[in-house]
Amino acid sequence: MGSARNGHAYSGIPRWLYVPAAVGALFVLLPLAAMLAKVNWAQFIPLVTSAASLDALGLSLRTSAASTALCLVFGVPLAMVLARRPFRGQRLFRAFVLLPLVLPPVVGGIALLYTFGRQGLLGKGLEVAGLQIAFSTTAVVLAQTFVALPFLVVSLEGALRTAGKRYEAVAATLGASPATVLRRVTLPLVLPGLASGAVLSFARSLGEFGATLTFAGSLQGVTRTLPLEIYLQRESDADAAVALSLLLVAVAVAVVGLSYRKQQVSA
Amino acid sequence: MRQAFGKAAALLAAFGLACSLAACGSSGGGATSGSGATEETLTVYAAASLKKTFTGLAKAFERSHPGTKVVLNFAGSSDLATQISQGAPADVFASADTKNMDKLADAGLLDGEPADFATNVLEIAVPPGNPASISAFADLAKPGVKVVVCAPQVPCGAATEKVEKGTGVGLKPVSEESSVTDVLGKVISGEADAGLVYATDVLSAGNKAKGIPFPEAAQAVNTYPIATVGVAKNKELAKAFVELVTGAEGREALADSGFGAP
Amino acid sequence: MSFTMSARVDGRLDAALTVAPGETVAVFGPNGAGKSTLLAVAAGLLRPDAGSARLGDRQLFATGDGGRQHRVPPHWFPPHRRGVALLAQEALLFPHLSVLDNVAFAPRSGGKSRAESRKAARHWLGEVDALELAERRPAQLSGGQAQRVAVARALAAEPELLLLDEPMAALDIHAAPQLRRVLKRVLAGRSAVIVTHDVLDALMLADRVVVLERGRVSEEGPVREVLGRPRSAFAAGLAGLNLMTGTVTAAGLLAAGGQLVTGTPDGEAAAGEPGVAAFPPSAVSVFLELPHGSPRNCFPVTVTELEPHAGRIRVRAGELSADITPAASAELGLEPGMRVFFVVKSAEVQVYGA
Repeated sequence: MGSARNGHAYSGIPRWLYVPAAVGALFVLLPLAAMLAKVNWAQFIPLVTSAASLDALGLSLRTSAASTALCLVFGVPLAMVLARRPFRGQRLFRAFVLLPLVLPPVVGGIALLYTFGRQGLLGKGLEVAGLQIAFSTTAVVLAQTFVALPFLVVSLEGALRTAGKRYEAVAATLGASPATVLRRVTLPLVLPGLASGAVLSFARSLGEFGATLTFAGSLQGVTRTLPLEIYLQRESDADAAVALSLLLVAVAVAVVGLSYRKQQVSA
Repeated sequence: MRQAFGKAAALLAAFGLACSLAACGSSGGGATSGSGATEETLTVYAAASLKKTFTGLAKAFERSHPGTKVVLNFAGSSDLATQISQGAPADVFASADTKNMDKLADAGLLDGEPADFATNVLEIAVPPGNPASISAFADLAKPGVKVVVCAPQVPCGAATEKVEKGTGVGLKPVSEESSVTDVLGKVISGEADAGLVYATDVLSAGNKAKGIPFPEAAQAVNTYPIATVGVAKNKELAKAFVELVTGAEGREALADSGFGAP
Repeated sequence: MSFTMSARVDGRLDAALTVAPGETVAVFGPNGAGKSTLLAVAAGLLRPDAGSARLGDRQLFATGDGGRQHRVPPHWFPPHRRGVALLAQEALLFPHLSVLDNVAFAPRSGGKSRAESRKAARHWLGEVDALELAERRPAQLSGGQAQRVAVARALAAEPELLLLDEPMAALDIHAAPQLRRVLKRVLAGRSAVIVTHDVLDALMLADRVVVLERGRVSEEGPVREVLGRPRSAFAAGLAGLNLMTGTVTAAGLLAAGGQLVTGTPDGEAAAGEPGVAAFPPSAVSVFLELPHGSPRNCFPVTVTELEPHAGRIRVRAGELSADITPAASAELGLEPGMRVFFVVKSAEVQVYGA
């Protein structure tokens, strides 16, 4: 805000705008500071390094990485189709794909339950095939992918539309097959958008709670991710809950901060 | 909707103002809106499992005390205890366990001694049809049976642990939920073959779940205490409500919902 | 490699185009005439509603012919299998690749090794005098440099047909001549189509001219003929000539408006056939009143515009224009809206069949 850039380019911001901007910033930062003030520092290290905490953190990182990978595998093609291939009913289709963005996660959990659960639409068949999803780590990954996928699709589709089709057309007339165009032109061009989409997906997966609780259950080392552990600890040990919350904030800030800096460097 | 938005925006603005005028202190104690001058308001904080019983009792109380309005707030006992210790304007607190009541008593936030008014025991909840053919507590430890229980950190989980220790039957649950509702939800949806919840919870689920009582549950009886909160505005009214709950009318209503006598 | 195409894109294009082996064809036309559409269809970026195209002995596409004949099963080569490269107004160099790797893109996509591709890229960069730019990023190039690299990149694909869509349009005055020189060198002996607004491109680069208006070919022929004896208003505008259409008579032309234009018929066009009368603006003088003297054509007109033109004043009056000295313009007190007479000697008017 206050840093003096060379030459002071015209900003176009009316001065009074800084007041609500500051209130907005405080509104986000103060609760974090308040939480920081509540941390029991003497017990912090033992609290966050307990077996339950480490299990939860490890599980969160593993499942978030897996769901981010799933988001990439299915989200990239989805964004490509949405951005590059107009079809009838596309707006409606997009609205449904983005639905988890606005849906309460609990609703997502219920929907997943009726799909992959024991009595669910696909779950019944999977059960017969010997695949049980409920109460497994797979269920956690599915819940996280469900809520995180739209983040990747939205940011990648935006990047694809901004990049336009012209480079791809040029590449095609130079003899590059569609697969080559995708690999050597499209993806490198939208790499910043792809990276920020992946980071958002990872962050959303890390924070996922409602759908996991409803769909996957809660068992240490199997389905109890960091947010679930925090929710549970809150019942009995407020200090532990605060310490773990801080840990989650730190991990999220690290992930988002690191990738944002990387993007700025590459831009 | 628009009102709610206005309120939130005003709150945010006030928040900004407060923060800019002075350091944000932990003042707590939100202002309550004074509605009718003639109307007396009694605020009751009660454990979520008491919802049905207390809603009925509150209506009866309003009938017998004209001009009184009972405001009910149902949530997890530990949440409610935390809120009260941070200055929430409760007149009566009814907890689902003695632990959270003791917390407030130790902090000197109660008016007089808490009174035990109900008990609750664990029951096995199974989906309609009982697909895993559960008939006794020991059946829950059979391989292949998917059991969901409460985590040890919450009261129903602590009770479960107690029963396990007493019987020597070690359960291998597929999930340890943080609330009774989540356990029951997984039984009702058929994801789990069985769950351990309170007798009252099975009753509230109606025909969507079937309850199987088991004798070992007696090893972990959960006692519900009720007390008047120290900051109560009208202590007479609060005491009258506590008397209603602990009296004959309260007993009958509690029994209807599956609670045992203290 | 010879190229023939006929294509219909509903509402935008209904035209045929042929390019003889080694020939460069310039396509002219007003904005929205369908020039870019024509190139897009040839490159395979747009599917026409009907038509077909061949390049050498390969059928690039053949679709249903709009029901006029028996239905041909649709046949469509995607862009990357056509051997048709497209150079656009903007260079569109891939921003994430160095200049060298941009030019090496086509050989690499064609399956050559990295080393071989780069060797080829260096060769083509040399062809466009841009070898010293090899290690740069596209963002570090000027518009003219970028466009020359884009030419090298297109050539590196070794296309059998090269399409150029106004390659000079986005360049500044100084960069255009250099690129034009490069193009003159590399287009020699290649089959190419260049869309342009500049008559100089046609004169320097093209063997033949095609004029496209409202999606249809209004005129085509060798450059010298089209520019020397234009038959369409658009070509006449390019050549800088006034053009009137009508019917050839013994003494000249009976214009569409009923006016008799006296001139010198070229002898090929017989009386009664459709024809045109063409004369340069420099041959037109402007009078406020009807002058006397018989061997002259006199057109009553209303001045629509005055603009400087090569040291003189161009007086526009609808379709016709006259070039007069600034002094004469001042003396007449010309301004838009004035009714004046355009006068041109019969000897200056060429009449020929259209």
